[in-house]
Amino acid sequence: MELLANLGDGFAVALTLQNLGLALLGCFLGTIMGALPGLGPSNGVAILIPLAFTMGLGPTPSLILLTSVYYGAMYGGRISSILLGIPGDEPAMMTVLDGHPMAKKGMAGEALSLSGIASFVGAFFATWGLILLAPQLVKIALLFGPAEYFALFALAFATLGGVSSTNQAKSAFAAMLGLGLATIGVDTQTGVPRFTFGEVHLYDGLDFLVAIVGLFALSEVFIFLEHRHGDADADSKKLTVGRLTPPMSMIKACTPTMLRTSVLGFIAGVLPGAGASLGSFISYSMEKKLVDKKGTFGTGDPRGVAAPEAGNNAAAGGALVPMLALGVPGSGTTAVLLAVLLSLNITPGPLLFTQNPDVVWGLIAALFIANIMLLLLNIPMVGLFTRVLMVPPRILMPIVAMVSFVGIYGISGSTFDLLVMIGFGVMGWVLRKLDVPLVPIILGTLLGNTMENNLRRAITIDNGDWFTLVDSPLSITLWAIAIIGFIMPLIVGRALRSRMHRKGEDEGSISD
Amino acid sequence: MIITATRGLVAAAVLGVSAIAAQAQDFTPENPECIAPANPGGGWDFTCRQVGKSMQDQGLIEKTMQVVNLAGGGGGVAFAEVVNKRADSNDLIVAASSATATRLAQGAYPGNTTDQVRWLASIGADYGVIAVSADSEIETLPQLLDMMKEDPRSVSIAGGSAVGGWDHLKVLIAADAYGIEDVRTVKYVAFDGGGEAVTQLLAGSVQAFTGDASEAKGFVDSGDIKVIAVLSPERLSGDFADFPTAQEQGIDAIGANWRGFYAPGGMSDEAYDAWVSKIADLYASDEWKSIMEANGLAPLDLAGAEFETFVTDSVSEIQDISREIGIIK
Repeated sequence: MELLANLGDGFAVALTLQNLGLALLGCFLGTIMGALPGLGPSNGVAILIPLAFTMGLGPTPSLILLTSVYYGAMYGGRISSILLGIPGDEPAMMTVLDGHPMAKKGMAGEALSLSGIASFVGAFFATWGLILLAPQLVKIALLFGPAEYFALFALAFATLGGVSSTNQAKSAFAAMLGLGLATIGVDTQTGVPRFTFGEVHLYDGLDFLVAIVGLFALSEVFIFLEHRHGDADADSKKLTVGRLTPPMSMIKACTPTMLRTSVLGFIAGVLPGAGASLGSFISYSMEKKLVDKKGTFGTGDPRGVAAPEAGNNAAAGGALVPMLALGVPGSGTTAVLLAVLLSLNITPGPLLFTQNPDVVWGLIAALFIANIMLLLLNIPMVGLFTRVLMVPPRILMPIVAMVSFVGIYGISGSTFDLLVMIGFGVMGWVLRKLDVPLVPIILGTLLGNTMENNLRRAITIDNGDWFTLVDSPLSITLWAIAIIGFIMPLIVGRALRSRMHRKGEDEGSISD
Repeated sequence: MIITATRGLVAAAVLGVSAIAAQAQDFTPENPECIAPANPGGGWDFTCRQVGKSMQDQGLIEKTMQVVNLAGGGGGVAFAEVVNKRADSNDLIVAASSATATRLAQGAYPGNTTDQVRWLASIGADYGVIAVSADSEIETLPQLLDMMKEDPRSVSIAGGSAVGGWDHLKVLIAADAYGIEDVRTVKYVAFDGGGEAVTQLLAGSVQAFTGDASEAKGFVDSGDIKVIAVLSPERLSGDFADFPTAQEQGIDAIGANWRGFYAPGGMSDEAYDAWVSKIADLYASDEWKSIMEANGLAPLDLAGAEFETFVTDSVSEIQDISREIGIIK
């Protein structure tokens, strides 16, 4: 009951005209930022920090504005994933797999509104999870030592075969390429630079935002340039938006998926360092293993859209748990939010809930409000978003190129990153020609460092004893799931995959 | 909030008038700019934004300080940019900290050295702490170091910086001072930031934590961890007053993660002096004192030539340790 009273106080804080206005502003700006390729939630929040400060907002209103941007960006990321096949931010990467094929089948409107609903469900449950479990969930994070983290990442990669439906060998190659790219930069466990060739820009490793924009957006432009005289314009005419709301049957079919992935995504978000990308990734591959009996995932299955969207929005809520309760950010964006809290003289950590209840509960109430606002904003705006599809590629592609360059330069202010991005663009173009899926590359680059570091930490702590990796019940469980997840599809999935193959062939390389 | 805002305004008005009067004939930056050599959210970003905001609040600068995030190479990208392209700028300052000095000392900024820029002033320091979890049997720093002396493999120490980084070096300074001969045997495990390292301490994966006082503050307040030594010359104020320094325990080890600024090497003397005095004015203000307190920064007041010497000395000290542990040759 105390909980409800606290929540009531929170709503009293959040439901002022100013705070509602800020939430609306934040949701709107966040959605736009999320939708622009390259600009993700962390940049979105970072860009708006000066706005919060110059408006002279107090701690609670600032947080309401910025977390609305955060949630908004998580919603927005799916828009360009579905419409253009270019993920708006890292967590929206998995949405490309089924969202874009759906759009190509003329179901863009349904994909957008369904993913809006999935985002809502994910975020809604995660906010409840945050309320009910924040103090307890911190203990889950404490169960994860380096060895368990390594097992978790291994699990993620072992189930990768399920993500890429065309050719397991190619997707393994892509993952290895990504893991290899992740080794560039200064090795934190020894302080030695690797593959940097004395170039100071490479010391921090490759920025995966640059990699994403290069691989997805620029390679798309290159493909367009290549086909310029051919069917590019004709191609766009084939795209129809379809109905704007999903039929009830579709929602019903996706409900179990949404509920399962909300829980999974939330847990992934709670683990420090794992974050929303892992949330949507694991959600998608688990759902594929679980319900994809007919091999329709990757060809525009609505459940393949609902799973990562519910998963990544739940992870966004989950990532707030360690940030508020431990002062340890669960993702890049929460790291930025943490910095904002600190500069507002609020120290997140175990005592935040007792020392600043108004901030915590006001924030939680604001999350509920932002979530409902986003759902209301997103459903009617589907029509607006889908207009983007009507823009012919000869106009759209220059815009994509421009946004890519401006976006990346705006983030890093470095021409070196632009060159890296072009490099990735060319690589993406070549790999698409070879039918190599691009998503595992990004996942490898994104998760490779953390995975490697946790392995090395675990080994260092146990003086070089490799058996430390299977030393706890939790890690043994994770390994078991990983092994089953890897072997099962090889045995049972053979027949399914060949059927999938036939379906996948006419989808073009982006749908891998 | 309203109270602080009003107080801020009054302070700004009072200080603003005096500051303008004092510096009427001095150099004033036209477009003040601060480079934070990291992404938004880190310590350097905080340094730029907080100092920029406070300076404007107090009327030390007329225009808003523009904060540019130039991440990469652990500050190396920004350093190279300042040395190569912005060497003559009079409006530019760059956030720096012990990490900058550490990397310069270890040659991690290829081709760049300490004397290529002008060191302005420090704005505070975050002293190092060594902590164990609250239910640990270890009570004092000598106890921990004895364990390490007997069997270095029995103790893993977690920190938020990479191997060879400042969190690592602090432990080595203490181990060195205690007479551990081969400091390379000290088992240090690098995590992504102090928060993650403390979490692993609580999870029981490691036995001790090395970090900055500000990182440990929340966990000290909640009673999760026990600070066994503060690496400061005197006891810290506030929450940390109860914790003994390393020196009290007979170990002559001091580790301050200072925060401050450098300016381009070609900055005119006039502009350099003006920036030094502006930062000094800011440092002396009450507003800055409360910001320091809120963020766990301890006093460290060095400006101008004094600060240059301090940085040069600490760079050569770090070089010695790094050579000992084999990070540089």
